[in-house]
Amino acid sequence: MHLAHYLGLLHKAQERLGDAFTEVGKAHADEPDVFHTCEKLATQCRGHAEKLAPFARRYAEEAPAEPDRLHSELFSGTRTGPIGLLRDLQDLYLMAAECDICWTVVGQAAYGARDEDLLGVVKACEQETSIQLKWLRTRMKQAAPQALVVAG
Amino acid sequence: MVDRIADPWGPRTPYGPGERWPVRVDTFLADGHTEADVQRWVPSASILHSNGDAMDIAVADDRIVGVRGRSGDRVNHGRVDPKDLYGWQANHSPDRLRRPLVREGDRLVETDWDTAMGRIVARSRELLDGPGGWGHFGFYTSGQLFLEEYYTLSVIGKAGLGTPHMDGNTRLCTATAAAALKASFGTDGQPGSYTDVDHCDAIALWGHNVAETQTVLWMRMLDRRRGPNPPAMLAVDPRATPVAREADVHLALRNGTNQALLNGLLREVIHRGWYDEAYVEAHTLGFEELCQVVEDYPVAKVAEICDLRAADIERAAELLGRSERLLSTVLQGFYQSNQATAASCQVNNLHLIRGMLGRPGAGLYQMNGQPTAQNNRECGADGDLPGLRNWANEEHIAELARLWNVEVDRIPHWAPPTHAMQIFRYAEQGSIKLLWISATNPAVSLPDLARIRRILANPELFVVVQDLFLTETAELADVVLPAATWGEKTGTFTSVDRTVHISDKAVEPPGEARPDLDIFLDYARRMDFRDSDGNPLITWTGPEEVFEAWKECSRGRPCDYTAITYDKLRTGGIQWPCTDEHPDGTERLYTDGVFNTDPDYCESYGHDLATGAELLPEEYRAKQPGGRAFLHAAAYQPSPEVPSGEFPLLLTTGRTVYQFHTRTKTGRAAQLVHAAPESWVELNPADAEPLGVGEGDLVRIESPRGVVRARARICGVRRGVVFLPFHYGYWDAADGAAPGEGRHDRAANELTITAWDPVSKQPIFKVAAVRVVKEADSGGRPSPAPTVGGSAPPEGSGIPATVGGPAAEAPSRGE
Repeated sequence: MHLAHYLGLLHKAQERLGDAFTEVGKAHADEPDVFHTCEKLATQCRGHAEKLAPFARRYAEEAPAEPDRLHSELFSGTRTGPIGLLRDLQDLYLMAAECDICWTVVGQAAYGARDEDLLGVVKACEQETSIQLKWLRTRMKQAAPQALVVAG
Repeated sequence: MVDRIADPWGPRTPYGPGERWPVRVDTFLADGHTEADVQRWVPSASILHSNGDAMDIAVADDRIVGVRGRSGDRVNHGRVDPKDLYGWQANHSPDRLRRPLVREGDRLVETDWDTAMGRIVARSRELLDGPGGWGHFGFYTSGQLFLEEYYTLSVIGKAGLGTPHMDGNTRLCTATAAAALKASFGTDGQPGSYTDVDHCDAIALWGHNVAETQTVLWMRMLDRRRGPNPPAMLAVDPRATPVAREADVHLALRNGTNQALLNGLLREVIHRGWYDEAYVEAHTLGFEELCQVVEDYPVAKVAEICDLRAADIERAAELLGRSERLLSTVLQGFYQSNQATAASCQVNNLHLIRGMLGRPGAGLYQMNGQPTAQNNRECGADGDLPGLRNWANEEHIAELARLWNVEVDRIPHWAPPTHAMQIFRYAEQGSIKLLWISATNPAVSLPDLARIRRILANPELFVVVQDLFLTETAELADVVLPAATWGEKTGTFTSVDRTVHISDKAVEPPGEARPDLDIFLDYARRMDFRDSDGNPLITWTGPEEVFEAWKECSRGRPCDYTAITYDKLRTGGIQWPCTDEHPDGTERLYTDGVFNTDPDYCESYGHDLATGAELLPEEYRAKQPGGRAFLHAAAYQPSPEVPSGEFPLLLTTGRTVYQFHTRTKTGRAAQLVHAAPESWVELNPADAEPLGVGEGDLVRIESPRGVVRARARICGVRRGVVFLPFHYGYWDAADGAAPGEGRHDRAANELTITAWDPVSKQPIFKVAAVRVVKEADSGGRPSPAPTVGGSAPPEGSGIPATVGGPAAEAPSRGE
């Protein structure tokens, strides 16, 4: 059963997203809403990872070797200024989108494995990830015209 | 005669449920004038708070000599707030601005209107030239202009310049009221009426010190409390305000925990079966999710989070749950605190699940603070769209484009409108290059003032200030425009309970000062804004023409003004919506339990309460609200700033009954100055004692952002909490420190944090971590804090009472 690999992928993606939220929030602390919301969402991501951990451990026992090129590198540090903010939020958006699709995949697998506990975790967390995506989209929509057209 | 400084609420006129509130006419005439001397009485209403108390301005020899309450008006039945009794004298202050000023190097020098407006227009044209030019303009407006002025500025901004960067200081004040009303009921607009006080059997005041902020509404409540079958009363406030002292149950909760308290109260109401199942079923959406979320807040846990006694929470739940006609009012203790929109929505939820809306006594006021905040929200000189339209609804934008005859995409609807704190951020970053501030004083009222001063003083930012006086903000401006004020210009405005009043011009403004409307119209003319056919965008020349145009804009919307006329308003206030079918106005909204949530009609498609993420139109439609209200649920989350070892106390800021905002007017009326001359800080005895601080001692209050010095009042604020009034700035500071020079240790906002609610974007003024250090002994002199109101000392303190003496005597005449 390969479910463990996708659980591992999602677990790591959530941890990385949590760290990235923290980094981006700190890098743009002069945008207080970005700072405070990123802090909140970082905690949320870490909570997701914690909830996944026992399942990842359990399924790892029955898993074959990890396939190649499982994990993706979507974040390599923050930037500065209005366009930097936009671009950093875009990184977060892509990372959250990866988590979002992983929740779907893991949720499908949970059905197949008849694992109600895992399904419960997926249902609770995927909604929060979806709100994260919406917040990032909202904030980027607000920032884009000023950063791309107005700022000198 | 009543000394309305010593007794701000005047004599009681008790009445019972369902009876008419007795008339009591309050009058104040200065300088020994009597009513016989008055040559004209000019209709108006209060401009120093949001209650909309109707009054007549007394004029003798073309000069204002006093005011008198209008006995026949539905709002106040003749009563007048002490700020209104005395505050008008500021109109005559010798330091009124009489001529425009322009900056020459580091000085502001007098000039003529042509030169001042010429500079603004030259800079505007230069900035507008080129792609994205619209984005260089920011407007920061007020809650104190008239409807006609907001609507004109709104059209200039949205259809002339095409900028989304327009917001009001209403963002600091009632943005959360609007956000909570939109979220629960579909659009802005107060469900209740002031007459609900006459009928209710319970009143719950949520973070609302109404006794000091809207004294006439408090008089009405007190008169019910002194009459037969009085309403029960619940106060939620960390301070021992007059409301808290009057209440049957006072919950002095820990600042920033409103959401936890409300979740706990809702859970109790649901568990004990005190909700209206039929109403919930027929008229709401989201009950199941609400039950799930509040289930996690049993009384014991809430008592722990809020630092309250469990028994008190249970008593509060019982008071709310057993009432049959519940009236709630909400204000800054919720709006300027942690989880503002979420917590305010829970008050809406309480009324929704108990079916406490749309009938006499079952009322809800998501209060306003400023007199004309409601109009700014209706007309869109803040972050809203005119007529309570929806930014994300393309048909709503198209309606406005047709009304104004401009291209749809000239109206900046592509992203959420820019809220005040973001406007200042863009100015800080340099992409907003012209900031036009009218009738407000951000250099005292915004959080983290050191930063605000830095932004305004930046030579790259062209700052226009339109005001009555050389405020702390005006001193940093490039152009200062002298404005006319209340009594010197004509316009209309709307109270908390949707009552529209007219305020007529009584006298000429001083010197060359002009009505704000004339200034905006002059700018539009000079900028030569055009519509799609090449005709002038704005053709109005006076307030009544603007009002008639506004009526068209409001047609069919919740705030429908179409059957109101200036003539009708001169006979008394009228509640909107006022249409041909309802020519006398509408007392209560949602009497049939049908809410404004239809996707084609609503003002917002909604937000996630925790992050502010916008929901998409199709998601909203999928909920099929069908006129049902939304029960929004949210878990409690701690404030962005909580006490630490270094900063162990929590700061909250607020108001006194004697002052309004940054005291631009009330700080220039002798009786009010005398009553509350200087800032102070309130401490609980248990916090003061270990610091060695006693009554009147000078202390230093420090936060990570700044320092304030004030004399201590030891009184009934809750343990662990420090209170500072936010009114005091620098124009009359004892050491004469002006912005940009000298000490900045008087304004409470030196200490506050730059953070805001994710949905309403209202800054959080009620939760900042601070420490207190004693600087000097009192020398036997008590703190300058008034002995009336929230700063009242404990009984037997021996501190001399706050009185006004003969200069403050005013008759209160019964029926």
